[in-house]
Amino acid sequence: MDKSETQSSNSGLAGAMEWIDKRFPASETFEYHMSRYYAPKNFNFWYYFGFLAMFVLVNQLVTGVWLTMNYVPSGDGAFASVEYIMRDVEYGWLMRYLHSTGASFFFVVIYLHMYRALRYGSYRGPRELLWLIGMAIFVALMAEGFFGYLLPWGNMSYWGAQVIVSLVGAIPYVGPDLMEWVRGDFLMSETTLNRFFALHVVALPLVLCILIFVHIVALHHVGSNNPDGIEIKKNKDENGVPRDGIPFHPYYTVHDIHAMVVFLFIFCAVVFFAPEMGGYFLEKPNFEMADPLKTPEHIAPVWYYTPFYAMLRAATFPLFGLSAKFWGLVIMAGAIIIPAALPWLDRSPVKSMRYKGSISRVMLTLFVISFFILGYLGTQAPSKAGTIAAQVCTAIYFAYFILMPWYTRVEQTQPEPERVTV
Amino acid sequence: MKKILLTLLVTLPVAAWSASASNWPMEEFDGDLQNLPSLQNGFKLYANYCIGCHGLQFQRYERTADDLGIPHDLALKNLIFTDQKIGDLMTTSMPKEASKAWFGAAPPDLTMVTRVRNPDWVYNYLKTFYVDDSRPLGVNNKVFANVGMPNVLLDLQGVQREVCTDGVCDQLALEAGSGAMSAEEFDSAIYDLTNFLYYVSEPARLERQRTGVFVLLFLIILGSFTYLLNREYWKDIEH
Repeated sequence: MDKSETQSSNSGLAGAMEWIDKRFPASETFEYHMSRYYAPKNFNFWYYFGFLAMFVLVNQLVTGVWLTMNYVPSGDGAFASVEYIMRDVEYGWLMRYLHSTGASFFFVVIYLHMYRALRYGSYRGPRELLWLIGMAIFVALMAEGFFGYLLPWGNMSYWGAQVIVSLVGAIPYVGPDLMEWVRGDFLMSETTLNRFFALHVVALPLVLCILIFVHIVALHHVGSNNPDGIEIKKNKDENGVPRDGIPFHPYYTVHDIHAMVVFLFIFCAVVFFAPEMGGYFLEKPNFEMADPLKTPEHIAPVWYYTPFYAMLRAATFPLFGLSAKFWGLVIMAGAIIIPAALPWLDRSPVKSMRYKGSISRVMLTLFVISFFILGYLGTQAPSKAGTIAAQVCTAIYFAYFILMPWYTRVEQTQPEPERVTV
Repeated sequence: MKKILLTLLVTLPVAAWSASASNWPMEEFDGDLQNLPSLQNGFKLYANYCIGCHGLQFQRYERTADDLGIPHDLALKNLIFTDQKIGDLMTTSMPKEASKAWFGAAPPDLTMVTRVRNPDWVYNYLKTFYVDDSRPLGVNNKVFANVGMPNVLLDLQGVQREVCTDGVCDQLALEAGSGAMSAEEFDSAIYDLTNFLYYVSEPARLERQRTGVFVLLFLIILGSFTYLLNREYWKDIEH
């Protein structure tokens, strides 16, 4: 027997690992990303949601694959195939509810994940790119949700998509042609359904997975922020290990596993006992097949888009010869994109809300409240008072960002600690 | 801050739930999917009075019979009046185009009517037909004003008329003895029919809830282990 062969196969599992490591950096990768990735030891509640977002992504991918096995992307067949899944496919109802509830929970955890960044300044240098990649994921996720929402071919799917696609038509000059190009038809039709299906099932999941991979590569390169907003890499011991860091594995893996079970409990409570969530996760008109001749009484997007939808509707008057609808589109797109500028808007000497001044705290609180109010208004039929409230909240939403360079500089901040506080 | 968020999270869904369209004082309907005699009677009523116009095109006879504890041969003999097979979808045999010509609109499929509306709506709708000579079919409805559907349950319920006081017509009165059923019998029949539609809208509902109980119990047990696992690892970390 060859000598090197006896060496590598001396002890079962270790030998196998050695064999693999010579050909693929398995151990090295595991150490770099898990067992020797040092994360601050003071993570709190807000630091669960990145992991949970990945967990929900896996749920969406797995249930999505099974749904695709029985879903029929055609005008005649789509709605019926969803009911076929609900009734005739073994555990089809479970796959469908896991997927539909997962969509809503994806946005719950992503919004909480983003709020964490606002709270502790996770977007600040050296994490600007990490934040921008995250913003790209957010936009891709919104698109993914939007395309997916058309697929059940319910009446709200149809009219919701119709309203959003018609926004493209508000763009001056090219609008109407562009709208036709997006739909692939003169109205929402099977052609639209087919391309949305392709985008939802192939293109965007691919984009999302790549972006999330890049997001994690960037995160593990710069290291995680923490509730104190200080860099643990500035204080390392003689072995080059941050004194305030602990190996991600096993400490945060056991943490996250427990968080996953707690999350699953809440998630499954909804899936098994309230999958419609009072018409918020599955809207009532969507139990009726798409009908181009029958507009639902009140068209509202799913709850996770309603803050932005309310801002869209808050634009009520034309300006510079351009329609109110166009300005609504600009405001909505602006509201989605503007957080990308945060790394350059925040001029505070400190990162974390713990050490920022009172104006920052007030602004963040107002921002969150206005976001919730906008979310509520977006679910309601338009009214005079509602529109005024939406306009005020839209102003607050943008003020949080636009005034940030000013208020983060003038306010009195507290000194950051040298070491993380636990 | 957390409190505000929590309050909003809790109150928002409730606020939207309470919104309802009709101003008729709705009687509450409390469905019971474990009551098989009620569901079987509902199926019978549906087969006799409804399926002629309204299909349940996404639901199969076989699934319904199995879930409701009806043997296939009994179902085929007593509940399926066409040449359909037990595995077929519960479609109506009325041609869509013709019904559109007769009623102005094709009678909607009712597979998910209790999810599009809600079970309360269906229950109250079926009970509130009344005589209205201004309508083409001579009847109107309190929950669905100017509905195009004839009162097919008239023989069972009897003649119902509006009662108006000071020009406000917010009550209905039944002509005693005009129907084959007493008011209580009719209420109970409509309960069964609504219960049946409630079942058809989501046949997996009971299984879903039963499974859910086991899933949540399992997660509680798993969660106590993951909690202990986490505590075991973290006890050496100062935090």
